[in-house]
Amino acid sequence: MSVPTSTSFDPHADEPDLPLYEARKQIYPQSVKGTYRRIKWIILAVTLAIYYVLPFIRWDRGPNAPNQAVLIDMPHRRAYFFFIEIWPQEVYYLTGLLILAAMALFLMNALAGRIWCGYLCPQTVWTDLFMAIERLIEGDRRERMQRDAGPFTVEVFALKLLKHTFWLLIAWWTGGAWVLYFDDAPTLVLQLLTFQGTATAYISILVLTFTTYTFAGLMREQICLYACPWPRIQAALTDEHALNVTYRYDRGEQRMSVKKAAALRSAGEPVGDCIDCQQCVAVCPTGVDIRNGPTLGCIQCGLCIDACDDVMAKINRPARLIAYDTDVNIKRRQSGLPNIFKPIRSRTILYAFVIAAVGGLMAYQLVTRAPSTITVIHDRNPVYVKLSDGRIRNAYTVRIANMLNDPRTFVFSVLGLEQSQVDIIGAEHASQGELFITVGPDQTRELRVLITHASDDKREAPVALYFEIRDDLDGRRAVGKDFFRTPNTVH
Amino acid sequence: MEQKTSAPSGHANGSADPSAPAQSGVGTTGHSWDGIEELNNPLPRWWLWTFYACIVWAVGYWFVYPAIPLVSSYTKGFLGWQSRAQIEVDMAELKAMRSGMTTKIEATELADIEKNPELLSFARAQGSAAFAVNCAPCHGAGAQGFKGYPNLNDDDWIWGGKAEDILTTIKHGVRWEQDSNTRSGVMPSFGRDGILNRKEIATVADYVLSLSGLAVDKGADLAAGKTLYAANCAACHGDAGAGNQEMGAPNLSDKVWLYGSDKAAIMERITLGGGGVMPAWSNRLDAATMKSLAVYVHTLGGGK
Repeated sequence: MSVPTSTSFDPHADEPDLPLYEARKQIYPQSVKGTYRRIKWIILAVTLAIYYVLPFIRWDRGPNAPNQAVLIDMPHRRAYFFFIEIWPQEVYYLTGLLILAAMALFLMNALAGRIWCGYLCPQTVWTDLFMAIERLIEGDRRERMQRDAGPFTVEVFALKLLKHTFWLLIAWWTGGAWVLYFDDAPTLVLQLLTFQGTATAYISILVLTFTTYTFAGLMREQICLYACPWPRIQAALTDEHALNVTYRYDRGEQRMSVKKAAALRSAGEPVGDCIDCQQCVAVCPTGVDIRNGPTLGCIQCGLCIDACDDVMAKINRPARLIAYDTDVNIKRRQSGLPNIFKPIRSRTILYAFVIAAVGGLMAYQLVTRAPSTITVIHDRNPVYVKLSDGRIRNAYTVRIANMLNDPRTFVFSVLGLEQSQVDIIGAEHASQGELFITVGPDQTRELRVLITHASDDKREAPVALYFEIRDDLDGRRAVGKDFFRTPNTVH
Repeated sequence: MEQKTSAPSGHANGSADPSAPAQSGVGTTGHSWDGIEELNNPLPRWWLWTFYACIVWAVGYWFVYPAIPLVSSYTKGFLGWQSRAQIEVDMAELKAMRSGMTTKIEATELADIEKNPELLSFARAQGSAAFAVNCAPCHGAGAQGFKGYPNLNDDDWIWGGKAEDILTTIKHGVRWEQDSNTRSGVMPSFGRDGILNRKEIATVADYVLSLSGLAVDKGADLAAGKTLYAANCAACHGDAGAGNQEMGAPNLSDKVWLYGSDKAAIMERITLGGGGVMPAWSNRLDAATMKSLAVYVHTLGGGK
């Protein structure tokens, strides 16, 4: 039996060998005016304003806590968000937020496609801002294309230099605003300006300046096409009823010139509205042709809708040849059926339910969480100590957390073991048999607690102990559980 | 099968021409094994230059840092850098960082350290770390002790359980000959030196058991034991066996036994006598660390 040569195995033998990587095609998005462009400007202004201004908003928390509304205080292990203060052990709220964010993303996608990509994503917002500056300095699409194709003169160099300088300034400001979320903003601004900030702050600013400048100025759509996982996930999550920016090919095809269309129309022949003017492609920030249907590159910003509406108005045809629509409706119109819109479907109900459930659970947790906690750790070695009079002693490390911004005094008691002696190393004072523990504002305090019990305890099972703290003023309680162990219970 | 083993078949195809671009547009190296050819894709230039730069950088290392082993030494490098010197710098930094608290510890009485929550928690933390390094090999990680090495959690103290007593023991050790102020007091070897015979030792051991209410052998002569005890043991351990911390004579009437509470263990102690040894730490640890250790041990629970 003869073995075939390797080429005869190859099913693609007769195809040309394509390069594995496509060279980037420079995109020159054209400016456009219209509804969606206006929405994008508004969202851009609002989101950037929030980002740059938020660290400077003050929020009074009393004398023992910082007064910055939004602050992640790494050295002191606290995070503040207006009236909420989070300790490190409560970082599960962050998990909840991430679940909410994911579900909100899925819900947006099920309702109207890539709203996040087109309007809200920082990559989109900053790229939009950088493009606006580019347009302001270097002119619109045609002008820039001509200049880039022409010789590299001093004037071209000066314009490019100006553009990159502004980009870098914005990038630097972006990085600078980021670090303000991690320290007292006004103080830090002053420190940074007088070169007294920490190396961490300067390095963070440098890194974020670099990423902002590179992502929004240089890489732009490459991030969406190659770096971002969401387009891949989004394509798998969408369905036929999700509204997407859609070219209505039922109305648009066959494409032909205005003149030819007018002639055919007067002859009563079927005519498409698309005149193949390429305006939808010219304005696209990622350089895709929406008429090819939904693609990974389309971030669904709606700018092609604005561009096409403009053209339709000029040739006296109805607007929204490109619109938020579904393929289902195109097919229905082609068979003479009315449009259907189904925003309430099993998946949107599910997403909304998960959002409500997780959000509700988090809100409930937040409202009912205790302002003080107590944790108890039994000494591991030795588990029990026999005293000279034969009694058995167990030792515990108890940590009491006061999560309020005022010092508090707690009454400490241990329940569960009758006739036992409770000693606390370093307790302030006892009155009428009660032990008082004071914990500073927003602090924890560790105590060593000793419990001594008679030697004739014959119980075989460890005895459950309840370590209770009661706020001396308002009576709120917190309880921690552990066990008392004797030689009989240690095997 | 025979086709696969016939090596020249690749050559027979005539496709191993280095100059002819293959499908990828890249020439081959001209080698062919069983018809499999190798594309000639040299390393990218930037990669090579990075590699060369790394070599140059590495040569620089030889001169700047310790690098080449010699017969009895090694090349020191221009910077004179040493990992040991680095550790010393780090330790000095650590010491400077803690100096605020350590000077306070040094200046404060032991009792007052325990009354001040801030000093107490610092001393306990520092004491706990120092204990793990210096004391745990004998006394155990949790200070639980072993046979012959006292449990420091309980309230039975051979040399005194007040914080000051504990500090003295740490400073000067127990039966540590190099330190003139060491805790001293040695139990005679009653059996080995022939002071008591084996029967007498058994008799006195029964009496010692009875002091703390432990069960004794049937037919034990406690009266004879008491006489022997009064003659040989009571001088140090006291008439009722309450012990004497001045000379490190343990309390024999309580429930805590350093070497075990069975008769054989007690007879062994009477026969051999002697006592455990603990080093003096005043030459090895600084004053603040020893004070922290004393506070830590005192606040384990058994401190007086």
